[in-house]
Amino acid sequence: MTPPPFQRFLDEQREPVWRFLVASVGREHADDCFQETFLAALRAYPRLRDAENLRGWALTIAHRKALDHHRARARRPVPVDEVPEPPAGHHDVGDALDEQVAWARVRSLPPRQRAVLTLRFAGDFTHAQAAAALGCSEEASRQAQRDGLKTLRHTMEDD
Amino acid sequence: MTKALPAPSIDPSDAAAAAARFGAGAPADVRYAVLDTPAGRVVAAATTRGLVRLAYEDWNDGVDRIVEALAGSLSPRILEQPAALDAVARELDEYFAGRRRAFDLRLDWSLCTPFARRVLGAAQRIPYGQVATYGEVAERAGSPGGSRAAGNALGSNPMPIVVPCHRVVRAGGALGGYTGGVERKELLLGLEHAAIAP
Repeated sequence: MTPPPFQRFLDEQREPVWRFLVASVGREHADDCFQETFLAALRAYPRLRDAENLRGWALTIAHRKALDHHRARARRPVPVDEVPEPPAGHHDVGDALDEQVAWARVRSLPPRQRAVLTLRFAGDFTHAQAAAALGCSEEASRQAQRDGLKTLRHTMEDD
Repeated sequence: MTKALPAPSIDPSDAAAAAARFGAGAPADVRYAVLDTPAGRVVAAATTRGLVRLAYEDWNDGVDRIVEALAGSLSPRILEQPAALDAVARELDEYFAGRRRAFDLRLDWSLCTPFARRVLGAAQRIPYGQVATYGEVAERAGSPGGSRAAGNALGSNPMPIVVPCHRVVRAGGALGGYTGGVERKELLLGLEHAAIAP
């Protein structure tokens, strides 16, 4: 199966990739990673063999760009993501804030837990797909998810 | 928690804006634009070598099919980049306004066979507002007696309007066919005649 025109690929994958990157690097860095993701996809596109799961392919590239971003940040002496403070008395935005707070906490988890939770819950990957993207076993992916969610629950309860 | 971790909600217009920023500057092999002309909507596509395709949308099963065909025959790295087709849009506007008699665009003949390129080259030498017969064009392309083959080559002209295959008509005075419908051939010839009329 030959790949569709790149314009169609971009139209169809822009939202899944954007959602994944907002989760994995945060809204303020999503655009840089987005541009790098689609540039890498465009370069590799003529050599693409399997056009069956284009979404998985796009998100795997986005995952690698997010990884680069996190590695670069880890080398620089900048603070890790700041968790947004909930404004007092605004209950209607509660859900959105809970979600933002949760993903900000995901971003400060150890790399594999962060990657598994992002691929699974922002990218809707199966454990098999997440394991393939991470180069680990499915069991390792399951374990990382369990550990990550556990840490997340503890930190949320600490509030 | 029913779902362990909800996917982050996004504003789809943020994703669209990011995609637009990417599309505007990305190094695509083929860039295209959808243009409205008095002869109908066309898809114009260019490579780094020049204009490679000008397709009447309705005559080619719509924009999606045209773009798919270009992806298959040229490269799948094809993006909508209207700015890359600005010169084409401008020269078409001038042509349809009767202010332009020849196109100054660089052309990429990748979609043509050598024979088709000779025939289309002969059609390009027919002056604005004039016509030649299929037989004359075949002869000028070095294939005397090849008017049928020349007709086929003209019918598969990948860049109509800019390469003026509409100026080739039947020997008896009938218009003959056109890649876009004979009404369009009439429209283009009528426009050129009107523009040169005293």
